[in-house]
Formats: sequence, C-alpha cells, structure tokens
Amino acid sequence: MEIFVQQCVNALSLGGTYALLALGLAVVFSVLGMINFAHGEILTITGYTVFFSLMLAVPAVLIIPLALIVAMLAAAAMERVAFRPLRGAGPTSLLITSFAVSGILQVLFQNLISARPRPVPIPDFLTGAFTVGPFHIGVIQSLSILATLAMVGLLTLFLKRTLLGMAIRAAAVDFPTTRLMGIRANRVILAAFAISGLLAGVSGLLWIAQRGSVDPLMGFLPVLKAFIAAILGGIGNLTGAVIGGFFLGAIEIGLQAALPEPVQPFRDAIALTLVVVVLLYRPQGLFGAVHSVRP
Amino acid sequence: MSLLEVDGLAVSYGPIKAVRDVSLVVEAGEIVTVLGANGAGKSTSLQAIIGLLPAQQGRVRFDGHDVTGESPERIVRRGMTLTPEGRRIFAPLTVEENLRIGAATQVRRGNTAELWDQMMELFPILASRRRQLAGTLSGGEQQQLAIARSLMSRPRLLLLDEPSLGLAPIVVELIFDLIGRLRDLGITILLVEQNVHQALDIADRGYVVSGGTVVLEGTAEALKASADVQKAYLGQA
Ligand SMILES: Nc1ncnc2c1ncn2[C@@H]1O[C@H](COP(=O)(O)OP(=O)(O)O)[C@@H](O)[C@H]1O
Ligand SMILES: [Mg+2]
Repeated sequence: MEIFVQQCVNALSLGGTYALLALGLAVVFSVLGMINFAHGEILTITGYTVFFSLMLAVPAVLIIPLALIVAMLAAAAMERVAFRPLRGAGPTSLLITSFAVSGILQVLFQNLISARPRPVPIPDFLTGAFTVGPFHIGVIQSLSILATLAMVGLLTLFLKRTLLGMAIRAAAVDFPTTRLMGIRANRVILAAFAISGLLAGVSGLLWIAQRGSVDPLMGFLPVLKAFIAAILGGIGNLTGAVIGGFFLGAIEIGLQAALPEPVQPFRDAIALTLVVVVLLYRPQGLFGAVHSVRP
Repeated sequence: MSLLEVDGLAVSYGPIKAVRDVSLVVEAGEIVTVLGANGAGKSTSLQAIIGLLPAQQGRVRFDGHDVTGESPERIVRRGMTLTPEGRRIFAPLTVEENLRIGAATQVRRGNTAELWDQMMELFPILASRRRQLAGTLSGGEQQQLAIARSLMSRPRLLLLDEPSLGLAPIVVELIFDLIGRLRDLGITILLVEQNVHQALDIADRGYVVSGGTVVLEGTAEALKASADVQKAYLGQA
C-alpha cells in the first residue's frame, strides 16, 4: 500500500513535468500549427541560468524568477529570430527550422559552456521527504505536483479571463478571422511562445531539481516525451496535452514498478508500444486533435 | 474624397488569377453592393481590400490613406472591417467572448460597456445567448453574432460577404432589415450578395463582377432595369 501511494506520487510528479512541457508545445501548435522541437533547449537554458546564478551567488529568492524570465525571453527570442521570418512558409519548413534551432543551441552550449554535465547543488530540504501517516513523500515530487496544478490553473485563468488569452483561443480556431478583430498576429504568436517558455521554465526547474545537473543535451528526451504526450492527448488540444502528460508518466512509472528486472531495459520500448496501441484505436488522440484555420 | 477607393485590383492564388481588374468606390453613407456568380472573385476582392490577401496589382485607399499592403489588424484599426463569408465565428468560445474579442481595438478607449449595450439592443437574441458557446447557435444567430462582432470594432466601413448565405427566407429578411438599420447608425456598407433582388432593393449603387473583372456598374435602379443583370441573375423572377 505504501509503495503504491509512493508510486502514484512519482507518476503524478513525472507526469506533471511532461504535462507542462506538452502544454507548452500544444499552445504554440494551436496557433502556428508547428511543433517546436527546440522547446527542450528552453529547459536546458533554464538549467544553465540556475547554474550560473549559483556560481555568481545570486540571492536564492531571485534565482527562480530569474530562471523563469530567461526561459520566457528565450522562447520569445526563438520566435522573433528563427520562426517569424518564416511565417507563412508552411508547417514543414517551421518544423525543420525548429530542429535546426535545437541543434544550433546544443552546439553552442557544448562549445561555449561545456560538453559535460555541470552540477547544480540542490538544497537539502528539497531532496528530503516528509511523512504523512504511513507514507513517505518526496519534497520534490510534491512540489512538482503542486507546481503543475498551479501552472495549469494559472494558464486556464489567463486563457479564459484575459483578452490576450481569449485571442490565443480564437487564433487557435481561426487565425485570419482573429486578425479581422484588429488583434495583432505577432502579439498573439509571441504570447504563445512566451507562455510555452514559462511552462518549459517551470518544468526545467523541476527537472534539474531531480537530476542535480545540467548538460547541453538534457532537453532532448523530455521534449520527445512531451511530444508523445501531446500526440497522445490529441495534438493542439490543451486539455489533452495535460492528460497525455499524466498518462505517459503513469505508464512509465507503472512499468518501472511492475516489470521484472531483466525486462527493465525495454521499458521505454514497451511504454511507446502502449502509446502506439492507444493511437491505433484513437488516431486523433485521447481528446481529439484540433483542426483550425492557420495564418 | 471617397471613403473607399479600389483601383485596378488583381489577386492570385499561385498561378490562378482570381481577381483580374476590380475598381470600385464607396462614398460615406452609402450601401454599395457587389454582385456576381459563384467564383466571380467577390470574396477574394474583399479579402485583398482588408489586407488578408496581398494585392498583386492595384491600390486600395481608405479614408484618404493608401492601405495597400497593410496588415488586416492595421486596417481594422483604421475603421474598416470584414464580416467574412461563412460567418467564421469562434465556435468553442462563448457569445460574450466572441464579442469581447471583437472589441479588442476599443478596450483602451474604455467604451466597451456602451458598445455592449448597443449590440444587445440591435441583437436581442444575443443577449439571451450570452453564455452559450457560439458553435451551438443557429445559422441566423451565428450570422448576427458575426456582424455584431464586427461592429464591436466601431467600423466606419463594413464589408459584408454574403450575410444571407444558407439562411431561411425569414432570417434573410431580418438580416437585410438589420443592414438598413446599420446605415441609419452611420455605418457605410459594401455588401457582397447573391440575393440580387434584395441586395438591389437596399443598395444605392452596385457593381457586377464576372471572371474577376467588374463588367457592369450603376445605380441600383439602373442595374435592376439592366437587361444583362436581368438575364444573368434575375431570370424569370
Ligand atoms: N484559397 C483558394 N485557393 C485557390 N483558389 C481559390 C481560393 N479561393 C478561391 N479561389 C478561386 O478564386 C476564384 C474566385 O473565388 P471567390 O473570390 O471565392 O469567388 P466568389 O466569392 O465570387 O464566389 C474562384 O475560381 C475560386 O475557385
Ligand atoms: Mg464568396
């Protein structure tokens, strides 16, 4: 029973990290029809921001806001520099560009910082656990779950209550008509990237807190998983992205707990097979892909 | 100086020349209609006028400014907007959200509450549907929402693309009534229609487009009497 509860917490915490990343991919996809594979590098940039802040002895309270701001700016800069000039070039060009951006950033990290992992010391209280009745629950795991819930809640409020949020939802349905409302296309797209950056920044912080190190390639695997989660949920569907993230987290932790030792190396393969099976039955994803009129 | 002047407009979709030579003017306070068969290039012209499609040739002047090549959001902020063909409401958003987005350009001016009241008066049905998802409205209600959403930007010139398309006769009546009331509110209207009779009844002047070119123009009376228009559109009616 205790083990089961702890595994659930692990699944929620891993799934939450995927969910935030998948949500960022989905927000950008919903307005541009493009998967940004350089999304993972935002995670890496967040990590290096923490690393350098610690090195430069930036006060602890400032590190988190600073890292999140850098993450948002990095995502916005990607849009401005790499994707905006290609506006209207079609989803394939944008997709390939995003791979290029990802590759270039990885090379820059390797050459300008270091090809090897850099340690990020994690404060002791984060690595500990607390006890609730018979259960030992990890602090980082709990924070992950809370942070995921908070971000999903904030994003929902933003999308429902603010004009810019409504414009993003409208643009996801019909971009040209949104422009007929006098809403600036550039602003909507930039906002979508900034939001995806913020979400990637939060998951980046959680990711680093678990690993305790940063390296140039660390963004690749999580963003791949987030991509799978977004497809699983229904591409471009924000609710679907969150559920898809939790679903993937649950599959991975479930397999980790259930599979016998000799089969463990095949865990990812089995997890992906399960995803393929789900998609065979629901090719549009769990919640249905969103089709819309794009810029 | 006319409110809208379109001069020698040409628009292509890749190799397809959809609009070859469209010139028209709209004076402030007028209702001007553009008639033409399916595929004549009416919607393409409107989209190029509002900046959604690039003009390959020709100029568009609105209110004395050359707006050729400007973005639609810029042109809408100048006071011209388009209610597109097929309504294009934001289906997963509520009626209220659709209208709030429509008023995006007015938020800074702080007169959205007043605009809102005006719309509820013009479109009472929308008031009772306020919290409903726009996609659940009937066709006629969606068309009213689409027009109300356009009006939220306080246009001086409204481009209407086939507002009566696919609506029951009684609803068509209501939409044409409404267009008349908009004129009374001081909004100038460029109306694209296939409902030729009703369009010429309400309009001051009209243009007939065929194969992407303006082939005929004149006062509504003259067009009604024209043998060409009779033959092509009004038939035995
Ligand atoms: N998106 C498009 N891509 C290619 N051709 C188009 C597109 N939209 C319209 N056309 C073509 O352009 C011509 C004019 O279309 P349109 O402006 O929609 O006519 P109308 O509104 O008068 O019915 C038609 O031949 C149509 O097939
Ligand atoms: Mg048309």
